[in-house]
Amino acid sequence: MLPESLNELPVPAALAAWDADAVADGWRRLGEVTLVIAPEKIVAVSHYLKSQFKFRLNGITGVDRYPMEPRFEVVYLLHSIDRNERLRLKVLLGGAQPEVDSVCEVWSGANWYERETFDLFGIVFRNHPDLRRIMMPDNWDGHPLRKDFPVHGHKYSYQQEG
Amino acid sequence: MASDQGPSSVTGLLEPQASQEQESHGSTRRMTLNMGPQHPSTHGVLRVILELEGETITKAQPDIGFLHTGIEKQCEALNWQQVVTLTDRVDYLSNISNNLAYALCVERLLEIEVPPKAQWMRVLLAEITRINSHLVWLGTHALDLGAMTVFFYCFREREDILRLFEMVSGQRLMTSYVRPGGLALQPPRNFDKAVAKFINGVPDKIDEYEDLLKKNPIFLRRTQGVGVAPVETMLDLGVTGPMIRAAGVPWDIRKSEPYSGYEKFDFEIATADSNDVYGRFLVRVEEMRQSVRIVKQALEGMPEGPVQADAPKVVLPEREKMKTQMEALIYHFKIVTEGFRVPPGEAYVPIESPRGEIGYYIVSDGTSRPYRVFMRTPSFGNLQALPVFFEGKLIADTIAALGSMDFVLGDVDR
Repeated sequence: MLPESLNELPVPAALAAWDADAVADGWRRLGEVTLVIAPEKIVAVSHYLKSQFKFRLNGITGVDRYPMEPRFEVVYLLHSIDRNERLRLKVLLGGAQPEVDSVCEVWSGANWYERETFDLFGIVFRNHPDLRRIMMPDNWDGHPLRKDFPVHGHKYSYQQEG
Repeated sequence: MASDQGPSSVTGLLEPQASQEQESHGSTRRMTLNMGPQHPSTHGVLRVILELEGETITKAQPDIGFLHTGIEKQCEALNWQQVVTLTDRVDYLSNISNNLAYALCVERLLEIEVPPKAQWMRVLLAEITRINSHLVWLGTHALDLGAMTVFFYCFREREDILRLFEMVSGQRLMTSYVRPGGLALQPPRNFDKAVAKFINGVPDKIDEYEDLLKKNPIFLRRTQGVGVAPVETMLDLGVTGPMIRAAGVPWDIRKSEPYSGYEKFDFEIATADSNDVYGRFLVRVEEMRQSVRIVKQALEGMPEGPVQADAPKVVLPEREKMKTQMEALIYHFKIVTEGFRVPPGEAYVPIESPRGEIGYYIVSDGTSRPYRVFMRTPSFGNLQALPVFFEGKLIADTIAALGSMDFVLGDVDR
């Protein structure tokens, strides 16, 4: 449900009017609007925001709330040049099997951002055209930006490479 | 034999070489060409796997990550003020822009405002950084296209800029001068004279370099009509900055979402309609001229006063106060040993860097270390559009198109 305080803003209000179940929560802090979207609706919401308000994708990343549940947040940073407006979408995912639909079909630029989030957080994007590691070596074990991955002292060594 | 040598094979890491003849089509041959990662015109360690049919590229696949240093992970292990030094190292050509974006984001979380002098100094330095970055781009881009003289000239001017950075911060490249809460220190007494001397000489030089290339028929033939892509595709792929402005979209964050007092400065958004490599050249040269305008205004109207916010819990106290006041000593001890704390929350602050939109998305959990720092870097978004500029085009045009994107691989891989 969209909270009362966001009803006066055109984009969240239009989104909630279009599909009341899509927005699970939302807030406006420090002048920035964040909407929490139901995971199964993210592609439909993206299509809607792009077609209605010309939002473009500025980046996708993750936040690991380990050891809390739901553990992962996938953060979509959106921006509309025409409206000069920014919007942040969030999808909350559990730690056991973090999976969400890819938004590559909406914005082709999501490709690398989703690959990066997959590489560094281990979040799987379903229907992604090319879900491979992008930053780390292909044979890397683990996902570095997870909170249970150490900053120093990982077992990997470059000398092991054949 | 040819088909199982995929892009990830170890042999691909060798120097660029033609390999794997696959099949013959009359007089044209298909081949896979490995461009980079160690090649001067890829401007860093970028590897592109090109599939060619004759001289036409049928598929281009960028391979990045060679410079991945885990900066975002390291940020989570450092204090808020220690992270500033890492932001320098993301993009070594626009270090002040990265410092600034990080500082603005932390200041938004802290809800503090820096004094006018700090804001004007930030604008001044950010614009000098823009000139610096564009000069390096112009020089190397011209060098790629065979015009060597421009390269030497541009680096001569860049040296003057690096001296200004050294004067103000003690460092030529990794300045760490813009910090949460203001600036590291007051600029030295003769800094404004040094900037004025440099900035008064630069417009003539910019004209000279522009003439060197604009009247160079080889440069014109190699850039006009090359590297064209539809605007919608570029926007869809996350391209920002001069690339988008060269396609006729007048979008500049300094105008649309002014930060650090940019709304007080008078300047134009440089745009071009041609949407090709030549258009990007014109836009960046014009941006240098606009930066000169902004720096002149900043010098003329530079306010007096402190360069650090009045926030004792965030900013280190003056040395003199530390020796005479108990509170100052306590704050100094707390900031140095533990670091300042930032209220829980999250913020995203975008700024217009020389390459496009730099945005820092920072999550704080209320401790003295950032919980998560995501750097939305312009080069990452711009480089993603590389296949659009390459596929279906001639291999001879790749270097011009690649150079016009102006990416820094450290900025891509972080």
